[in-house]
Amino acid sequence: MKHAPEPLSFEKSRAGLAPPRLPKAGVPSSAALPDHLRRQRAPELPRLSEPELLRHYSRLASLNFSISEHFYPLGSCTMKYNPVANEEAARLPGFAQLHPYQEEASIQGALELMWRLEQALCAIVGVDRVTLQPAAGAHGEWTALRMIQAFFESLGESRPEVIVPDSAHGTNPASAAMCGFKVVQVRSGADGRVDVADLHSKLSTRTAALMLTNPNTLGLFEKEILAMAAAVHAVGAKLYYDGANLNALMGICRPGDMGFDAVHLNLHKTFTTPHGGGGPGAGPVGVKADLAPFLPRPTVEAEGGCYRFDFDRPQSIGRVRSFYGNFGMLVRAYAYILAMGSDGLAQASEDAVLAANYVRKRVEHLLHLPYAGFCMHEFVASAGRVADGRVRALDIAKGLLERGIHAPTVYFPLIVPEALMIEPTETESKATLDAFVEALVEIVELANSDPAALRAEPRSLPIGRLDEVAAARQPVLRWSRTLDSGEKAPADGSSPQGDPRQPAAVPVPTA
Amino acid sequence: MPYLVHSEAERQEMLAAVGANSMAELLADVPTELRLSELELPAGLSELDTMAEIRRLAAKNQVFSDRLCFRGGGVYQRFIPAAVAAVLAKPEFYTAYTPYQPEASQGTLQATFEFQTLIAELTGLAVANASLYDGATAVAEAAVMAVVQTGRHEVVVAPFLHPEYLEVLRCNARGRGFRVVQDLNAVGDATAAVIFQQPDFLGLLVEAPDLTKLAHQHGALAIACVDPISLALLAPPGEYGADIAVGEGQQLGLAASLGGPHLGFIACRQQLTRRLPGRLVGQAQDGSGRRGFVLTLTAREQHIRREKATSNICTNHALCALAASVYLTYLGPDGLRQVAEVSCQRAHFLAQRLSELPGVRLAYPERPFLNEFPVRMSQLERRLAGLSQAGILGGLQLGRWCPDLADAATFCCTEVNDPDAIEQLITALAAAA
Repeated sequence: MKHAPEPLSFEKSRAGLAPPRLPKAGVPSSAALPDHLRRQRAPELPRLSEPELLRHYSRLASLNFSISEHFYPLGSCTMKYNPVANEEAARLPGFAQLHPYQEEASIQGALELMWRLEQALCAIVGVDRVTLQPAAGAHGEWTALRMIQAFFESLGESRPEVIVPDSAHGTNPASAAMCGFKVVQVRSGADGRVDVADLHSKLSTRTAALMLTNPNTLGLFEKEILAMAAAVHAVGAKLYYDGANLNALMGICRPGDMGFDAVHLNLHKTFTTPHGGGGPGAGPVGVKADLAPFLPRPTVEAEGGCYRFDFDRPQSIGRVRSFYGNFGMLVRAYAYILAMGSDGLAQASEDAVLAANYVRKRVEHLLHLPYAGFCMHEFVASAGRVADGRVRALDIAKGLLERGIHAPTVYFPLIVPEALMIEPTETESKATLDAFVEALVEIVELANSDPAALRAEPRSLPIGRLDEVAAARQPVLRWSRTLDSGEKAPADGSSPQGDPRQPAAVPVPTA
Repeated sequence: MPYLVHSEAERQEMLAAVGANSMAELLADVPTELRLSELELPAGLSELDTMAEIRRLAAKNQVFSDRLCFRGGGVYQRFIPAAVAAVLAKPEFYTAYTPYQPEASQGTLQATFEFQTLIAELTGLAVANASLYDGATAVAEAAVMAVVQTGRHEVVVAPFLHPEYLEVLRCNARGRGFRVVQDLNAVGDATAAVIFQQPDFLGLLVEAPDLTKLAHQHGALAIACVDPISLALLAPPGEYGADIAVGEGQQLGLAASLGGPHLGFIACRQQLTRRLPGRLVGQAQDGSGRRGFVLTLTAREQHIRREKATSNICTNHALCALAASVYLTYLGPDGLRQVAEVSCQRAHFLAQRLSELPGVRLAYPERPFLNEFPVRMSQLERRLAGLSQAGILGGLQLGRWCPDLADAATFCCTEVNDPDAIEQLITALAAAA
């Protein structure tokens, strides 16, 4: 019953249904829009009553996994508990109902919150200033690279290259390219860490920055970080910290102390703002003093207990988005930091590292672990040797879904074949971690005894494995009415109703 | 400690299972000279004290009542049906991850597919993506699409694109190596796109069909930045032949929230689909022929294509897109038109009442507008301060962006500003002069 397919809202739409009751204008009508700028055909939005609308979305909600109900051992994504108090905080009218163009005197509390959050983030990562403007991690990467670009322009230096490790998140090279940089790749060594000799060979006065994740995407701390920082700085380049994995380090060590010049943070990872099915997040960027003049404007400044925006920043890269960032997410993150404090954040990172090592130890007889030694907050295993290669990482991922556990990150990083990247986080109990291991045991047994059965999973979820290749070959990216139908055209002049269960294919030609 | 789950005994048990004597042993890869003794932050607070501090900050902000907010400039106070909050509060939506595992994410995926259809319908274009951050970054992403598609390195911006969108566009252009020109006479063979906003930043209607023609005459793309509610009344970009439509979706059920999180949207002609940034949800079938939804055409994206991706965007604004879908589905086509019409009529009534005041006149009396318009007035600052004292968030002063309009402000009306509120504004404004 729970997984009955839910028709699209468009398919549930009923012609002739009146709209909800809305206010009347109550004033004489004097508006005259020029005919040639008027819409000819009404947009075909669905018509649903409120009870049907809410049931529709309740049913859709029941088709989702979510952190409120499921364990997500999703490497590099830090799917931890989203405190409900944070939701209450962000919804307070004193935050939610503020217009971005209110006078500064009327938003002192919001400005103070942003200023205090900046101070807290500076303390956590060891930088001098933070911009809260970027909307997401990749946006933060791009913002920091723009600042580094502007920094070198101000020195009259041309530095067209950005170095990224082969284990880097895809956003790193993509952000560098969006900034006009040439991407140079540096190898990982046999121990899963940056090959320092290869790094030396790639570094030059053409290098603007090295982008690093530490711990890296294999969950390994870059032990040579101080030597790497020295090498990067020796050629005059900047060291950039991808904050996706900061959850390993709070209260343990700070990117700023390692020599990083710019740092982005994912508030939707480390600082518990919810993922929302893919966003919104927030991607603040912290920098050392020499990059601070290039921060996006406005910054928030404090003077004698008053707070104000500073737009007068002549070397600023300008704006990277409208207004002041995803303010609602900033409220949530600040509430989290207040509640956790210095002691809580440090314990959170320690627990995250402990949980990852615990799971790693417990699965070592099930999966191949390509890198020896302790890990930080996550680790990467390879499914390549499970059932002598008769199943793939994807099959293990789907087997976990079947057992009510979200799949780990799969096929990333690219340098490990059949990769399963596992990050348990600090908010999952030992019982949950044990249940995950038990599920893996069962899956590996099934892989050995009946690999075809595993390849047929999931069986009990709302949908089985989808034919993604066919979906991409002839993409259907929207619902639309078919034209061959007997139903009468609605009065608004839109096209007639087709078979409600069969959206017409809208094939997209290959570009 | 809040939100942590292990007992001390469990921690010891797990350490023992790992084969380590202490946490320090697990963290041995971190050089000792980097190890912190403590973060320079206060110790943690109880939930009671955390929320007291949060409420202290919230109370320092002045919240204007919905119906007495006449300030727009890209963010508008609108009625948000309770259904929107009810759906957004479902943890199955707000605590879910990006739907990379379709079998575990059909709710988010189907809702996104519906969102894409809603945006495509509103804009009159073939395809819309799953969302972008905001209107400003959507303009920049569209410009990048045009630059890549045409191989040209200049975009021309029509007058009165939202000044913050323009600033974001310039910031992107400098990074990406294309020029931004603010002169329609400069449209030519080097132009990748003509970008215009309908209605523009001042609320005035522009000749969108003519601007589209101008772009196409020179082989450039036409990019329309549109107000989604206005599209219930105004010709959508697809009707006049624009290639890409972008915009800010805050008005579709999202709180003002000091400017974010809001919702960027982007839609385009079918032929440009594979140039779109960000996520796209498509229809698919499983082995038993059941319909499902899945992230598709991912070969455009950063996690597959890395430096060759169409954009670096990864996290988008999925939950905001969900809010917009609930909002639009709640209203339906007739409700949306009613909201747009009521806003438009009230704004025209307000414009008339304002222009009856001594020292107040419409800045562009000959230009049509929808629900926002600029007025010039004597003693502008004093009058706006007087409104604020009366608990009214009055018009948005334009001087900081438009020196020629230093004595002007834009006022807007939506369905929340009832006729009584309009009279209150007029009375307070007259008294403040």
